[in-house]
Amino acid sequence: MSAHVVPKKTYITVWGILMILTVVTALVSRIDLGHLSAIVALAIATGKALLVVLFFMGVKYINQKMTIVVIVAGIFWLAILMVLSMADYGTRLWS
Amino acid sequence: MSDSATVADHNPALQHHFADMEQQQQAATMGMWVFLITEIMFFGGMFLAYMVYRYMYYAAFVAGSQAMDFWYGTINTIVLICSSLTMALAVRASQVGQRKALVALLIVTMLFGCAFMGIKAIEYTGHWRDHQFPGASFHFEGPDPQHIEIFFSLYWAMTGFHALHMLIGIVVVGFITFYAWRGRYGPDYHNPVENVGLYWHFVDIVWIYLYPLLYLISHKHTG
Repeated sequence: MSAHVVPKKTYITVWGILMILTVVTALVSRIDLGHLSAIVALAIATGKALLVVLFFMGVKYINQKMTIVVIVAGIFWLAILMVLSMADYGTRLWS
Repeated sequence: MSDSATVADHNPALQHHFADMEQQQQAATMGMWVFLITEIMFFGGMFLAYMVYRYMYYAAFVAGSQAMDFWYGTINTIVLICSSLTMALAVRASQVGQRKALVALLIVTMLFGCAFMGIKAIEYTGHWRDHQFPGASFHFEGPDPQHIEIFFSLYWAMTGFHALHMLIGIVVVGFITFYAWRGRYGPDYHNPVENVGLYWHFVDIVWIYLYPLLYLISHKHTG
């Protein structure tokens, strides 16, 4: 048995992209995008999180399906929490 | 007799309830992810509370966010991303059996973690001094201070639990560094290094979301 060894270059490239995205999200926050600014900030954060999960945490290289099921189930649970709760609180003021 | 020969041949790091090293490795990875799911649930509740209150008192959240120091937040984000890189490289070093590189990278990761905690401590001291801790002594100039206090309650709870996770991470990496120095990990067995790496990256992801939500609520947009 041997683990999938990822080239150093891949990790350094991912780090570079994460640094660029951090600068981008910091700069974008200084521009008035109205209500879009929250969506842009969360989209960039999700892109960064995805890079960390896929490469640094090695999910891209996991070959056991059961582990993938566990991870997807966890994220799906978080989506249920957020979407259903906001579907309630977000619409209470609608008349 | 063939059974005892197999037992004698097996890797000393193989626990007896696993068939082989690969199965042990996969079980360790999946177990770590199950733990991380419980962590998602733990932080998820606080993120939901943040979303609901931000939706209800947006102007107060913008005012509270503007009391955050942009540079402390940004520098800490960069520090954590660098620590994630050194942690990923440390896990790689354990996979290819580079003991010295593994120990060095784990130490650098801990130093980044300590730098993060130091900056956070400076930041907390300022907020504490400026009466921005929720409770009887909370004070904030401007309209709607009681809803700005909600922002600060969430700020302290979320960054506080994140900092607690960082502290635990630094201590655990410390133990792993000691065992790595003793030469316990190599290409055949490095589950503990991989799992502490998963934990470290998870804590990094929590901060990746905290940074825009707490520090970057549009500086120009006042709702």
